[in-house]
Amino acid sequence: MSNDYVDGNALAGDLQEIFAMDMTAATGRCAGCGYRGAVATLRVYQRAPGLVARCPSCEKVVLRVVRGPDRAWLDLRGTLNLEIPLPS
Amino acid sequence: MLTAGPTPRVPSDRWEFTVTTETGQRHTWSWQQMMALPAETITVDLHCVTKWSKLGTHWQGVSLDTLLAEVETAADYALAQCYGGYTTNLPLEDLLDGQAWVAYRYDDEDLAAEHGGPARLLVPHLYFWKSAKWVRGIQLLLEDEPGFWETAGYHDYGDPWREQRYQGD
Repeated sequence: MSNDYVDGNALAGDLQEIFAMDMTAATGRCAGCGYRGAVATLRVYQRAPGLVARCPSCEKVVLRVVRGPDRAWLDLRGTLNLEIPLPS
Repeated sequence: MLTAGPTPRVPSDRWEFTVTTETGQRHTWSWQQMMALPAETITVDLHCVTKWSKLGTHWQGVSLDTLLAEVETAADYALAQCYGGYTTNLPLEDLLDGQAWVAYRYDDEDLAAEHGGPARLLVPHLYFWKSAKWVRGIQLLLEDEPGFWETAGYHDYGDPWREQRYQGD
């Protein structure tokens, strides 16, 4: 297996654009293996037609973002939930 | 090299290619059996959806016409399935009539794992994401089933001449 990935901070720009907040500090749970960790810890394959984020534990796809010129697609099928810190 | 995940490294003695029909009938070729089929030399232009093209690329492989010749099917659609989990969908007619191959050599050398080896699908008249790396089979389907990128916003068909990049293009 090769290491063609970067860390989840590579998702920051596209997710900021969609959620209007920094999502890299959000905590996600992998729907495949239950791994729980910050979005920043995901393995992101970015030399692709979109961003593909995989679980650092089981390597299943947990999140995908495709950015078109005037729209984006976000696939979270592989994420059981995202815990997002909000101001109290 | 574009990749959506870790590069699968499949030794040829463990590689196989399976066509599964809509009724569940399976036709499987080992590497040795694939190598025994008539090989074709293919020189084609490639068009990637990330806006590069490569002209006059040189491949060797087995035509899907050869692999599907004895397969009885009423399917109109195909889903290419790959080692590593990647999938991509195509109309079956786009795999026939000299338009698609299981390619295992590039520029007169064995196809490296980074380029999809030991074998990849080659469908040069569509965007290159349809030319699935590390192909392990074709599922024949009565209904269209979107693949990896097609479920994430990319066009169902992907004709580069009509710039069919995203859904609705």
